Amino acid sequence: MIPVSWYLILAAILFVTGAAGVLVRRNVLIVLMSLELMLNSVNINLLAFGHQLQDLRGQIIAIFVIAITAAEVAVALGILVALLRNKHSLEVEDLAILKG
Amino acid sequence: MEREFFLLFSAVATGSGFLVVLAKNPIHSALALVTCFVQIAALFILLGSPFLAVIQIFVYVGAIMVLFLFVIMMLDVRKEAQSRFLNKGALFGFVVILVLAVEMFFLLTRNAILSKNFVDAVPITPSIKELGLTLFSEYLLPFEVASVILLVALIGAVVLAKTEEDDSASKDELASGAAK
Repeated sequence: MIPVSWYLILAAILFVTGAAGVLVRRNVLIVLMSLELMLNSVNINLLAFGHQLQDLRGQIIAIFVIAITAAEVAVALGILVALLRNKHSLEVEDLAILKG
Repeated sequence: MEREFFLLFSAVATGSGFLVVLAKNPIHSALALVTCFVQIAALFILLGSPFLAVIQIFVYVGAIMVLFLFVIMMLDVRKEAQSRFLNKGALFGFVVILVLAVEMFFLLTRNAILSKNFVDAVPITPSIKELGLTLFSEYLLPFEVASVILLVALIGAVVLAKTEEDDSASKDELASGAAK
């Protein structure tokens, strides 16, 4: 018997860790990996509530989250490779060329 | 027993999650993230959804992290950032994270409803057949849209990562080969 709040606390810890990686790391690859961690912590929440309420919709939304994440990573890494060909830097501060 | 397993998996997941953010080398970060994803897949089994656990290992560990490792290998890792954290803006980031953490902590620990609700020890696991039937009947349109999104991402990634010089060079080679 595990309280559902334990799962939520674990997901919150992982989400905050991922947010820290996105906000303060300089390496753009690690920023993308931290984004993956945040998306995965949301999946834990979806499955915890879906299991507790005996509802299949939690699992179905988690499947869609995983599918969209795969698409997002493919596009993000493609953009990264194309960008690094021109800029030759992995640092977030050097890649802020979209800033108006 | 279930509780011990939960504590073990969540401790390893949290530790490797911290390692993802703190590691200096991106390869160490990626391997820590693989560990974290496997632990989360184990937690999915505790949550009575074995299908999602298998999908998690196949897609995240097998596809996404391997893609990350390939990109890390392709790029020059030695030229990575010397200092781990941002110079300017890091303080602002830490403040935002602190506020988020404190807020989530109070919301989750002070909530009486959440701590009263228990996940069943012997779960009435919804079968994979039931999941598939729901996915292909009620959620058929989102499923098809997701497949279109994956196709668009595939084409987009190929177009973005392709170099124009190599492309024109190979075309020239093909043209000259055909002329000969």
